[in-house]
Amino acid sequence: MTERSEEIKRHAPVVTRPDEGGLTTVVPLAPPRRLVDVTVDGEPVRVPEGSAILAACSGTPTLCYGDTLTPKNACRVCVVEVTGSRTLVPACSRRVEPGMEITTDSERVRHSRRLVLELLGSSTDLSTTPGAAEWSEEYGAWPERFGPRGEPSTDRDARHPGAHEATDGATAATVAQPAKVDNDLYVRDYGKCILCYKCVDACGEQWQNTFAIGVAGRGFDARISTEHAAPLPDSACVYCGNCIEVCPTGALSFKSEYDMRAAGTWDESRQTETTTICTYCGVGCNVTLHVQDNEIVKVGSPHDNPVTHGNLCVKGRFGFQHVQNRG
Amino acid sequence: MDLRFRDVAPTEEEREAVDVLLGPPSSAWDGGVRDDIRTARGGHEARERRDLLLPALHAVNDRVGWISEGALDYICRRLTVAPAEAYGVATFYALLSVEPRPRRVVHVCTDLACRAQGSEELCRALDGSLGPHGRPDGDGDVVWHHSPCLGLCERAPAALVLEAGECPRTAVVGPATAEAVTRAAAAPDRAGDEPPARAAVPQAGQDGLVLLRRVGAVDPASLDDYRAAGGYRALRRAFALGPAAIIREVLDAGLVGRGGAAFPTGRKWDATARQPDHPHYLVCNADESEPGTFKDRVVMEGDPFAVIEAMTVAAYATGCRRGFLYLRGEYPRALWLLTNAVERARERNLLGADILGSGFDFDVEIRRGGGAYICGEETAIFNSIEGYRGEPRSKPPFPVEKGLFGKPTVVNNVETLVNVLPILTGGAAAYAAVGTGGSTGTKLFCLSGTVRRPGIYELPFGATLRELLTLAGGVPEGRRLRAVLLGGAAGSFVRPGELDIPLTFEGTRAAGASLGSGVVLALDDSVDLTGVLLRIAAFFRDESCGQCVPCRVGTVRQEEALHRLARGSGAADVALLRDVGRAMRDASICGLGQTAWNAVESAIDRLGVFADGEKGRAS
Repeated sequence: MTERSEEIKRHAPVVTRPDEGGLTTVVPLAPPRRLVDVTVDGEPVRVPEGSAILAACSGTPTLCYGDTLTPKNACRVCVVEVTGSRTLVPACSRRVEPGMEITTDSERVRHSRRLVLELLGSSTDLSTTPGAAEWSEEYGAWPERFGPRGEPSTDRDARHPGAHEATDGATAATVAQPAKVDNDLYVRDYGKCILCYKCVDACGEQWQNTFAIGVAGRGFDARISTEHAAPLPDSACVYCGNCIEVCPTGALSFKSEYDMRAAGTWDESRQTETTTICTYCGVGCNVTLHVQDNEIVKVGSPHDNPVTHGNLCVKGRFGFQHVQNRG
Repeated sequence: MDLRFRDVAPTEEEREAVDVLLGPPSSAWDGGVRDDIRTARGGHEARERRDLLLPALHAVNDRVGWISEGALDYICRRLTVAPAEAYGVATFYALLSVEPRPRRVVHVCTDLACRAQGSEELCRALDGSLGPHGRPDGDGDVVWHHSPCLGLCERAPAALVLEAGECPRTAVVGPATAEAVTRAAAAPDRAGDEPPARAAVPQAGQDGLVLLRRVGAVDPASLDDYRAAGGYRALRRAFALGPAAIIREVLDAGLVGRGGAAFPTGRKWDATARQPDHPHYLVCNADESEPGTFKDRVVMEGDPFAVIEAMTVAAYATGCRRGFLYLRGEYPRALWLLTNAVERARERNLLGADILGSGFDFDVEIRRGGGAYICGEETAIFNSIEGYRGEPRSKPPFPVEKGLFGKPTVVNNVETLVNVLPILTGGAAAYAAVGTGGSTGTKLFCLSGTVRRPGIYELPFGATLRELLTLAGGVPEGRRLRAVLLGGAAGSFVRPGELDIPLTFEGTRAAGASLGSGVVLALDDSVDLTGVLLRIAAFFRDESCGQCVPCRVGTVRQEEALHRLARGSGAADVALLRDVGRAMRDASICGLGQTAWNAVESAIDRLGVFADGEKGRAS
């Protein structure tokens, strides 16, 4: 179990103990943490010992960071300058140290953030990535500078490591590819995937322990894949949808959302979100129902919920059709 | 963990290949016969052997030539690994294949040194004799590929033939002609003997050699020869000194890492030795893959016992009982000689329990890489040994705190380790008296490209680039030196006017270059520099692990921009290269991305390539 999820579990109200008045549920509090003094852009800031730099820097863009997962620090959009460090450091995972001098808005930081957004924007479809458009504007990202986008490919699952197809530089290579629609519950549209590893972590050791997907291939041809790129119904997938919950780009989405987007009827301004308790069993998971036009269109779960931390099972995540059977 | 398998049965051949490595399965749980469904052995015990995943994949790949669904499934059952994870590992390594392919695979080096010696013509000829690369020939017996540097630069252009089977066979061809490669591809066992390691050392037998003194002078397979030539004196001295004093000697000697980063070895050892967490591990980084580097291969092939002795000394000093020698997968002869060295050393109690009655226990396991440059990165090597994808980890924590299996670990390059032997036998003061103040001792240089006598040269630190090139005979008659690439693909170019650069860590740094792993690749005016840059860019694109965005996409954009520049696109693409390069250097996780733009940058800034919209042949 990773440190971060252990930390979250420490805060979970799961201990019941007898006292004079009978049974009481108590929330075990972690021992108070010392505060560490750092400076952020010259301003003094105090943050708990052991926190990541991110805790001291509000407004930092993040893509691969997940509030319920151990930071992978793969996207590098959150990099900051730390005095004394040769390279920039990822704010999401580097821990604060007393006296650390952090710079978040230098030309050097802005340059790397802009380039990360340009490199991703030129290779990946970021149209459904929350924040991408705003950050691109803020940092002046111009992904089109790398040339016209290359054609979508259909062979990404079969690419051999260490050997890429010859390029002439006339177009910019992308990860564009047909969406994988191989089941009725969710769609994997890897043309939108930024390879943040969050779905793999949520499926594997950090939450679900199912290990249906991993990262396969290498370099630009690295991709999220089941074994031998098998369709999901042939894989170990249990359709908990916890990968969808953590996906930062919309590469993983409910089939209902995918179909509505394709039909042009997806409209978040017409949606309401209602958090309630799942009715299937006694665990008491919270489900957040996204409703558009009186139909449930997708189901999430609050990440700060002490029972599930955003995770559900197949029933809570996808078993909502009976609610809208209007016989 | 609730694993789901695909229930594709392995063939008998595949099952046998895995069982030879792992032993027979103990129950139905881990792939055995379903005779007793009530007991389930495996579980934790099997999971603790996760580090055997890469060896198991190699075993099948060596036997059959590729890894089928059934074979992967069986390996996963044996080790209780999720198939999706194992698939991710298998598809990380260029030497492994999860697609059917012929039993014989030919890797033809198209990297820098071989390119300078005509690998392009060789490939064109092979397209005719073996068919187009990447596609099996007419009979389906052979497939050939373009390969990154094979570490055979003194014999450029070079090729490596691998034949799968019950007794896997290999052949090395170099300098290669299309006929010789085609012949070796048809019958690797009749390709003829490789020249001995000594042939790669033009100075062999000369006085004054320290690290290379035994290369060519002893039989590399004979422990007696090694001992007669002074072998194992350093270990005896080490046992007499004790760990703390050994570290003191290494610190006083001023030894720094020879893998490229030049970190003080004594400090690394000291930090590891002090870690209260146990066990400690030692990793010898023999995954030499930097294009143009072949020094470690020559040491391992010419003096393999020295590597094992030096590992034993390092392990004793830092409190390690288990050492891993991570050897690059493309070095079959080094593998054979090192395996022999470990076995001979075990027989004589120079490895194992209570070595030479000292009370110290230590053993070495050799692990083969699978064709991934990135696994030479000091944390990626841990992931690779542990059976995960060879992706670098974030630092901190540093290896001395949390390294292999999460425990304190010393990682040293082969050349760094063998330097410890003369430090112990001759003393720190004598060692430090050679070289300069900032760079002590001698250094191995890998001379290749268009020089008359390519090979490994050993010189005291402080010799100039000119002296080294002169020693190697300079560029061939009638040619003019155009540039020298120092430090390999991750290094930088220097001009013919800069040959007085002293070859020291501080001297090259002051000149804005780096020694890196000791690559000195000479390029004369017959070599197409733009082509060299395109090869470097393709190399980094191929070898990026894909984890972080700056490197994963940046190396692609770098290659694309260079192709446009090669066609004369001009200043906007140079600016684009600088932008991408700076982000790769600043924001990549590891050294690969951080250095992927070094050579290109130096070619633009120092050699004037692409200046004024010229097409790269600028002089």
